[in-house]
Amino acid sequence: MLDMTPKELVHRKALRVNPAKTCQPVGAMYAALGVHRCMPHSHGSQGCCSYHRTFLARHFKEPAIATTSSFSEGACVFGGGSNLKKAVKNIFDIYDPDIIAVHTTCLSETIGDDLKTLIQQMEIPEGKIVVHTNTPSYVGSHINGFANMMTGFIKYLSDKNTPATGKVGIFPGFVNPGDMHELKRIAKMIGVKYTMFPDTDGTMNSALTGHYEMYPKGGTTVDEIRELGGAQHVLALGEITSVTPAMELKRKCDVDFSSLPLPIGVEATDKYVMALSHLSKREVPTELEEERGQLLDIMIDSHAYYGDKRVAIAGDPDTVLGFAAFCLELGMKPKYMITGTPDEKFTKKAKELLLKYGVTDCIAKANTDLFELHQLIKNEPVDLLIGGTHCKYIARAEDVPFVRAGFPILDRYVHPYMPLVGYRGAMRLAELISNALLDRQDRDAEDKDFELVM
Amino acid sequence: MDAREVILDKYSGRVFKNRKDHIVELDEAGVPKEIAANSRSVPGMMINRGCCYAGCKGVVLGPLRDTVVITHGPIGCGYYTWGTRRNKADSPDGRNFVQYCFSTDMQETDIVFGGMKKLRQAIREAVEIFHPKAVMICSTCPIGLIGDDINAVATESEKLYGITCVAYSCEGYKGVSQSAGHHIANNGLMRRVIGSAKDKIPERGLRINILGEYNIGGDGWEEERILKKIGYEIVAVFTGDGSYEALTHAHTADLNLVQCHRSINYIAEMMKTKYNIDWLKVNFVGIDETIRTLREIADYFGNEEIKQRTEEVIAEELADIAEDRKFYRQKLEGKTAGVFVGGSRSHHYQNVLKDFGMKTVIAGYEFAHRDDYEGREVIPNIKLDADSKNIEQLTVHPDEQFYHVALDKERFDELRKENVELEYYKGMFKDMGDGTIVVDDFNHYETEKVLDIFKPDIFYSGIKDKYMIEKKGFPSNQLHSYDYSGPYAGFKGAIVFARNTYLSIYAPAWKMLTPPWRTQPTLEGTMGDENYA
Ligand code: SF4
Ligand code: SF4
Repeated sequence: MLDMTPKELVHRKALRVNPAKTCQPVGAMYAALGVHRCMPHSHGSQGCCSYHRTFLARHFKEPAIATTSSFSEGACVFGGGSNLKKAVKNIFDIYDPDIIAVHTTCLSETIGDDLKTLIQQMEIPEGKIVVHTNTPSYVGSHINGFANMMTGFIKYLSDKNTPATGKVGIFPGFVNPGDMHELKRIAKMIGVKYTMFPDTDGTMNSALTGHYEMYPKGGTTVDEIRELGGAQHVLALGEITSVTPAMELKRKCDVDFSSLPLPIGVEATDKYVMALSHLSKREVPTELEEERGQLLDIMIDSHAYYGDKRVAIAGDPDTVLGFAAFCLELGMKPKYMITGTPDEKFTKKAKELLLKYGVTDCIAKANTDLFELHQLIKNEPVDLLIGGTHCKYIARAEDVPFVRAGFPILDRYVHPYMPLVGYRGAMRLAELISNALLDRQDRDAEDKDFELVM
Repeated sequence: MDAREVILDKYSGRVFKNRKDHIVELDEAGVPKEIAANSRSVPGMMINRGCCYAGCKGVVLGPLRDTVVITHGPIGCGYYTWGTRRNKADSPDGRNFVQYCFSTDMQETDIVFGGMKKLRQAIREAVEIFHPKAVMICSTCPIGLIGDDINAVATESEKLYGITCVAYSCEGYKGVSQSAGHHIANNGLMRRVIGSAKDKIPERGLRINILGEYNIGGDGWEEERILKKIGYEIVAVFTGDGSYEALTHAHTADLNLVQCHRSINYIAEMMKTKYNIDWLKVNFVGIDETIRTLREIADYFGNEEIKQRTEEVIAEELADIAEDRKFYRQKLEGKTAGVFVGGSRSHHYQNVLKDFGMKTVIAGYEFAHRDDYEGREVIPNIKLDADSKNIEQLTVHPDEQFYHVALDKERFDELRKENVELEYYKGMFKDMGDGTIVVDDFNHYETEKVLDIFKPDIFYSGIKDKYMIEKKGFPSNQLHSYDYSGPYAGFKGAIVFARNTYLSIYAPAWKMLTPPWRTQPTLEGTMGDENYA
């Protein structure tokens, strides 16, 4: 497995090997799928759209609808305006969404199509909407694409003149429908009126009934995005993912926001709960406090298995920070924290977190890849690896226990439904982590040391 | 309205005009019909097609296990073709690059100032770290626009590092689908790799190349197993579990087998012209088809020993699967299917369905050409449009040194008369009829429509439709990835396929779609119950 990876670290300036990020449009597509009756549209040649749909379908095991401008060589010369015009007409005619959310690709960005003008000049049926965002894939990663698409919706739709709604806007970050569901459940428990944006709970985890709904019941509605302009406050979860759209809403509609870490683990969830309680002026219900207590109970019950275990975590910046925080709460020691997304804010946040727990020998790196992580592990091994499916090759090559968490998970089922955020999510994470460690202990134990009770 | 009209009914003027020629109803098998294919997709239609890069890097070059294929472009394209196609590879020497993804991960400055410098550096790093024999460069959309001269970089790298370095300008916007990329990859391999070892042509024997076999789920391995058991020698497989090294010797083979006609017929044709190696359209998908294929190969070589050995192997293999075959036939007999995929499989799989008594009622290709539907006899009548004209037509000439002695004309004609698909592919249509429908470049809307009209027992397609089809209540299997199983080829593969089909149709959950409270009263007997008051 990965036999061509040498132990000796070589500094690379140009060659990316086994990336830990992908391109902006897929993030934009995912964000748009969290809007009710929305058709994501990829403005470029058709391959990108096909890859992105395929990719989302493989992670969520759900249909991922999206259309493309199908650029030909001619479109590259003359610009993609006419393709977009045709596409928009056909999409409304045939697939009848309420809104089309256009994102660009490398191609249309390099050509320099001016989408704003193109959309302004287009005939759009009465009551229908077309919005856009720019997602050049040679900048940032899928995380930025997700944020940019949210910003695009806000730019086009959020209305400063909305009367105050008293609602809290919750920007969930790049997480699974199951996470969004959990974030909403917590808000409901506290009794907060909220708008979750985007919201793929209901669109990317829809039920099997024998009747396909192209636009299932879930997703943030266009009206809700409009009314974000009158929100009381926004909780921007994920300090790297959700800040840009929150800033746009602040700029456009003067809605204040708090930037919070993804609520993964005890402290980060506490912050989310405190913020909700503070904003709604409602007390935290005992049921939620009970959940928190149960989580701590689990952490203490199983603490002996985590202590001093070195862990490598790879994935998207906010999720890696979240998993690392919870690992530290469990008593483990992050050894490597890596993301492919090029954003130094990640390294800064990671250092703050590590400092708080007095961990000094962890390598936290943005803009790197799984090849480098593998080389690092070859030089200084770890006891556990947490990340998306691509990490399983490293786990196998180095025989490291592996927990699948984050994006993408292509080789397992059920995960999109299950939260990793909130106290319940942390319980699940604790279960995944302890199972991985204990399964390993079982596997490696000799018969005479094989324990019944652990 | 007939089925075809129902499908087209919703389309307005321009879309109708375009789509009407891509949908054909076949009444009587064997009566020629024309279909529009390999033309631009209508923007906004939610199609299943990919791009030129996908055809070049993803399909043809990606499976080469000893080659570093660098995607020159921003990160996405390379990332999505990393490990997702299930082209299995097993390197005896451990040098396996199929588990890796290499990209120049272009950034904004590279787009603005050009990416050649970064590409040069990336190749240098690849050579230093991995020491490959061959590096292939595949460009993605922006590269063509910013004008990077990847050929120059390739030539320079060859000199610098003494390796083979081949550049492919397979930008996604070229052509109308993956198909253009197949062609570009074929050209590059033909020009630079095939035959480059320049070894002498041995005396005529039983050496075979398998073309258009990508070893998805281990198909190629299963085919090799059977062929070797009969006594053939496999020179090179294009390109599943294939290697650059093997391709350099491919010119020494005595016969080319063509499994996927669409993606590789160019090489088959060019090798015929250049080396006089005959090609045979084969099909290892399906029991009867595998038998037919094996017999035709034996006939081609006309060697009695091999013919006899072929019959023995067929008998052995059939005996091995007899019990399973009977079981699945019982379970699947009479079921109907839709088959929508790729550029060859939608035809191949109709045959394995037949083996188990199933009938294909709707079919279509994603990116095929007219000859894949109507047979190669239509090739002279196909008008090249602007999109196809832009793809280079490589001209090759007979190679004096490596020209083969092949079949004599008489025997060749005789075989053709016996319907052996020697230098010929008959296409999908001839095997269909009875009011079945064929849709080219099918889209999401049309897929839903055909499901509503034909209500097949199972629908074979790819992952982009799979979950939609299942939500509609139809079992669906993926014919790109075999739903992560396989092999599907050969005798044993047919059983794996039948088993998956059976499992999908008979999955217990299908029977539970309607909750009991939808059909049975729940309130009976609880009226006076104090617990429910
Ligand atoms: S990197 Fe660019 S060209 Fe490649 S898939 Fe992403 S958007 Fe498309
Ligand atoms: S069988 Fe189909 S999908 Fe596979 S390479 Fe051939 S044309 Fe492509």
